[in-house]
Amino acid sequence: MFSLKILFKNAFRHKLRTTLTVLGITIAILAFGMLRTVVGAWYAGVEASSATRLITRNAVSLVFFLPISYKEQIRQVPGVTAVGYSDWFGGVYIDEKNFFPSFATEARTAMELFPEFLVPNDQKNAFFRDRKAAVVGRKTAERFGWKLGDTVTLRGTIFPGNWDFTIRAIYRGAQKGTDETQFFFHWDYLNESLRKTAPYRADRVGWFLVGVKSPDMAADVAVAIDRLFKNSLAETVTETEKAFQLSFISMTEAIIVVIRLVSYIVIFIIMAVMANTMAMTVRERIGEYAVMKTLGFGGWHIGGLIFGESLVIAAIGSAFGIGLTFPAAQAFGDYLSQYFPVFNVARSTIYMDMAAGLTIAVVSALFPVWRTVRIRIADGLRRIG
Amino acid sequence: MADTRPIIVEIRNVFKSYRRGSQVVPVLQDITFDIPEGEFLALMGPSGSGKSTLLNLIAGIDKADSGAIRVGGVDITTLSETELAAWRATSVGFIFQFYNLIPVLTAFENVELPLLLTGLSRRQRREHVATALAAVSLSDRVDHYPSQLSGGQQQRVAIARAVVTDPTILVADEPTGDLDRRSAEEILELMERLVHEVGKTIIMVTHDPRAAGKAHIIKQLEKGVLNDHVLSQNPL
Ligand SMILES: Nc1ncnc2c1ncn2[C@@H]1O[C@H](COP(=O)(O)OP(=O)(O)OP(=O)(O)O)[C@@H](O)[C@H]1O
Ligand SMILES: [Mg+2]
Repeated sequence: MFSLKILFKNAFRHKLRTTLTVLGITIAILAFGMLRTVVGAWYAGVEASSATRLITRNAVSLVFFLPISYKEQIRQVPGVTAVGYSDWFGGVYIDEKNFFPSFATEARTAMELFPEFLVPNDQKNAFFRDRKAAVVGRKTAERFGWKLGDTVTLRGTIFPGNWDFTIRAIYRGAQKGTDETQFFFHWDYLNESLRKTAPYRADRVGWFLVGVKSPDMAADVAVAIDRLFKNSLAETVTETEKAFQLSFISMTEAIIVVIRLVSYIVIFIIMAVMANTMAMTVRERIGEYAVMKTLGFGGWHIGGLIFGESLVIAAIGSAFGIGLTFPAAQAFGDYLSQYFPVFNVARSTIYMDMAAGLTIAVVSALFPVWRTVRIRIADGLRRIG
Repeated sequence: MADTRPIIVEIRNVFKSYRRGSQVVPVLQDITFDIPEGEFLALMGPSGSGKSTLLNLIAGIDKADSGAIRVGGVDITTLSETELAAWRATSVGFIFQFYNLIPVLTAFENVELPLLLTGLSRRQRREHVATALAAVSLSDRVDHYPSQLSGGQQQRVAIARAVVTDPTILVADEPTGDLDRRSAEEILELMERLVHEVGKTIIMVTHDPRAAGKAHIIKQLEKGVLNDHVLSQNPL
């Protein structure tokens, strides 16, 4: 009890110094948490992807198309439960910076394959009935203040012209990790227009979405599908949704490595700063510790006081840092929701924050504790006066 | 008249040197003397003659190179570091030149500090601390921090801290060195009372002839050698 009292009093002896140290740790932990959350957001699409969904695309590249006629052939492959198809529409709402992903999709199958997109039944029916209907994620709807029944015009980038849609449904994510920014409309609407304006682009899709019975069948089904179209005009590559998402991320892997590295450097720097502060503090008090030793207190008892002090300062800084990570992530996520549809602070990030705080405390106390345990009383007393 | 008091400190052929690089600097050479119980002894001598070193050896915060030092029947030169710490906690009271109170603790807490190493209950500790602070006439300053006390008052708190465990010996290294004359006088009177009224044994290093004048015996150190013939029995 008494030791705790001394420990706390010592920790707040130099108010300014302690405040600045706590502030430094707060900022470091906050930065660490945010950087890790950014990395997490990068992988959020992968985490959310299902192992029972396959994506079949053109073997050459995503920008090449596949004929719609493949659908029936894929449907025949054993283990396949449903086949949908989509096109990347890439529509712009008023301005480029209002980005959100937009797709032309075969909606009935898509809704079956994506049970994590929750749409109320009446809205679903309204969506199916209306040729120009669109279903949009909650976040994007809130962002632009769209209500059911609103007409929204998107400018086509891949498919030229202005396209009018009526918002008929708003979906919510079933899980935290579900992307709530996407915009879907009927593939038929796009295709009918293309038949009139650009017939050579009609009846093609960007990719097929293939539902399989169980995850362990996915690999075999993928091979079977690709074999079907071997040596045809448009060969296919079929992979799990996860692999598909990862192939996007791998392009930016280097950036993620750098972000991870920076997050550790931040912790390393604050560790050096705090270690210096603790060393300075203990050097100033070496006479007091020598007096305590003289009175019969053991070196480890005093070392414990120093470690405790380091722990208190690091814990307060870390607690503030962790506490601020949530509102910061919220604000950051709202601001950049078009790039990071999912921006949540993971539980593991909090544990990493705590581990970082503890490491800072331990490392900072190491040298001062060693010094006080070792110092001879007579030498310590000599420094007074 | 023969001294019949029991011997409380026995110092036999003590040598101590410090190593400075490859050089060995002798500090104490063949020191031998006894201190009877209830003695008030002053150690004097020029700066650097080894007074503090000798006091530290007697108090068990430094180790002799050779020789024996027995305090209250215990040969402290044979104790381990940990045993020495435990021994100091119960057997030695320390009074320093610069008081050396812990600045974040109140007068009360500073006096309580050495009692934490004893098995006393919280209540017993409070009683002991109150008694010790009353003995140094500081009952009205218990909640003051060292920075809120004068030098003389701080030194009185330090004396309370030194006696609160009822140690075998009290050691004081220039206890009046940092005080004005009046405060120094108070501190010396207090120490005298401890010897006369409570029967404490005090070993005090001092430069101040006035302080030495209060002692019963003055030992003179000269370049690490004791010559108590110079200034022997102090006429009381
Ligand atoms: N840790 C040490 N390392 C090296 N030399 C030391 C050490 N401690 C003391 N000495 C030397 O031992 C000698 C005696 O020192 P000590 O402190 O005992 O003297 P003192 O008589 O108390 O002097 P003062 O009156 O100035 O306090 C000095 O020459 C000092 O330089
Ligand atoms: Mg000295």
